Amino acid sequence: MTTSLSAEAPPPGHLQEHFDATISRDQRIEPRDWMPDGYRKTLVRQIAQHAHSEIIGMQPEGEWITKAPSLRRKAILFAKVQDEAGHGLYLYSAAETLGADRADLTDRLIEGRQKYSSIFNYPTMSFADVGVIGWFVDGAAICNQVPLCRSSYGPYARAMVRICKEESFHQRQGYELLMTMMRGTEAQREMVQDAVNRWWWPSLMMFGPPDDSSPNSAQSMAWKIKRHSNDELRQRFVDMTVPQADKLGVTLPDPDLRWNAERGHHDFGTPDWDELMRVIKGGGPCNDQRMQRRRSAHEEGAWVREAATAHAAKQAARAEKGAVA
Amino acid sequence: MSDDHVYLTLAEGHEDDARWAYGTGFEDPLHGVDTTVPEGIDAGELAALCVALADDALVSAQRLAEWITRAPELEEEVALANIGLDLLGQARLLYSRAGQVDGTGRDEDAYAYFRDAGDFRNVRLAELPNADFAFSIARLLMLSSWRLAHFERLASHPDPVLAAIAAKGVKELAYHRQYAAEWAVRLGDGTEESHRRMRRAQEQVAPYLGELFTAYDVRDEVVAVLRQVTEAAGLPMPVYRPLPGSGRDGEHTEHLAPLLAELQGVARAHPEATW
Repeated sequence: MTTSLSAEAPPPGHLQEHFDATISRDQRIEPRDWMPDGYRKTLVRQIAQHAHSEIIGMQPEGEWITKAPSLRRKAILFAKVQDEAGHGLYLYSAAETLGADRADLTDRLIEGRQKYSSIFNYPTMSFADVGVIGWFVDGAAICNQVPLCRSSYGPYARAMVRICKEESFHQRQGYELLMTMMRGTEAQREMVQDAVNRWWWPSLMMFGPPDDSSPNSAQSMAWKIKRHSNDELRQRFVDMTVPQADKLGVTLPDPDLRWNAERGHHDFGTPDWDELMRVIKGGGPCNDQRMQRRRSAHEEGAWVREAATAHAAKQAARAEKGAVA
Repeated sequence: MSDDHVYLTLAEGHEDDARWAYGTGFEDPLHGVDTTVPEGIDAGELAALCVALADDALVSAQRLAEWITRAPELEEEVALANIGLDLLGQARLLYSRAGQVDGTGRDEDAYAYFRDAGDFRNVRLAELPNADFAFSIARLLMLSSWRLAHFERLASHPDPVLAAIAAKGVKELAYHRQYAAEWAVRLGDGTEESHRRMRRAQEQVAPYLGELFTAYDVRDEVVAVLRQVTEAAGLPMPVYRPLPGSGRDGEHTEHLAPLLAELQGVARAHPEATW
């Protein structure tokens, strides 16, 4: 990627100062602005991982579109999974403003060179999982992403505004499904509690490792790519979710969870960080399955993409021939 | 936008279901519409027509949903989901109308989840497995060309509810047909492989064309559309030799029962549940 450096451009020292000043004034960096290579690389990595997470994240819930137990729930879930594909598209576009290429990023995902959120490596066991994913996973995503609406990189921040609005909608839909199920049969209430038990700890892990072992965080905070630390966001999610769980009538599976009046926050137990590392490294229950699905969709679709490219080239050639004649 | 704004909104109670969403608080999709059957209309026939059209839409939406996470490109994930959602919406409205006019008062889910394969009246074309992308495009082209022509006629049906559902559907179906036609041309014209696959797909769907023409004479119009697209794609016109039997009479392929088992399984396992 070349930035818009021209013969008249001020020397790099000047550029760095201008960049630093823009960041410190809380103004946005735009695609044509000069930016340090590290900033660009960090953003491409983060936005690509986010895009991959949206796309892989279609799988656990997508399994239930064909099985949804009412037509209304089928429509809601179908639309939600479609939104996730849309989010993936905006985010890949935001990464492309930094000089990345969607096809290349897709290859990196498929070859395992770039990651996606570890949460999507857990299985969806019942329809209650659809509700709990909406409530916890979209809820945690919102906690992570709302601050990114003020991220220093303009296209990313703007994409996040739209994505957060839709995620917030999804979270309410998930919670509303659970409310309805809790008012239903005993079997439905058991399904909800079981899903809560399985998804709670993996959801807390979505905020990443604890602050004292999160190596990239400090630089990202300084660049205002990231606005809050992992532990702050995790705390916020817990504080937000506890009253919602009470209202729903489910128990969060943490014996150490209690209100701490002194801190003004809930205390809670420690997630199993070894499990997080295992899942990140590919050892989660569904890592292979998720990657296999993405890879086979990509490979089986290759002839379709090639056909579209070939057709476009033939069309262009015919148009040129027509114009000459 | 402030960081805390969205958290506060989320932490609030949500007593008012109406603001939640898409499809929620959507208990009676025909709310506010005069639903009496006009004089001179045979309620049984009207209900049967609504069920057949709803079954086509529901079964098609189910097949389209199977593409999700398996499509050749992200844009296609979005487009196929969009088409599936439109058809699902059409099915819901048509089932609701059928339940009002057939005297049973059944809701949309009663039709979708608690009838067996032999009671479904969709055309067999809709229930065939997705096979490859070319097959799904050939099927979508044929079904949407027919459904669009049919809905354009139904928009002046004497039943105002069916007429309104059809008028809304026309706009959606015009896009579905456009999408399928564009892909048929890309695949027919693209590479040797895509040409071969598209040609085979057209041949595979051809025997199912005849089953579509039961009401209104839209055959010539539909065949003209298929011919135009097929020629633009540089493909030969397939021979439309019809198969015996019809899904409209409840005669289905072996593929419908497993499709319904997946669609209905959770709902039937919990018949007392509300979702």
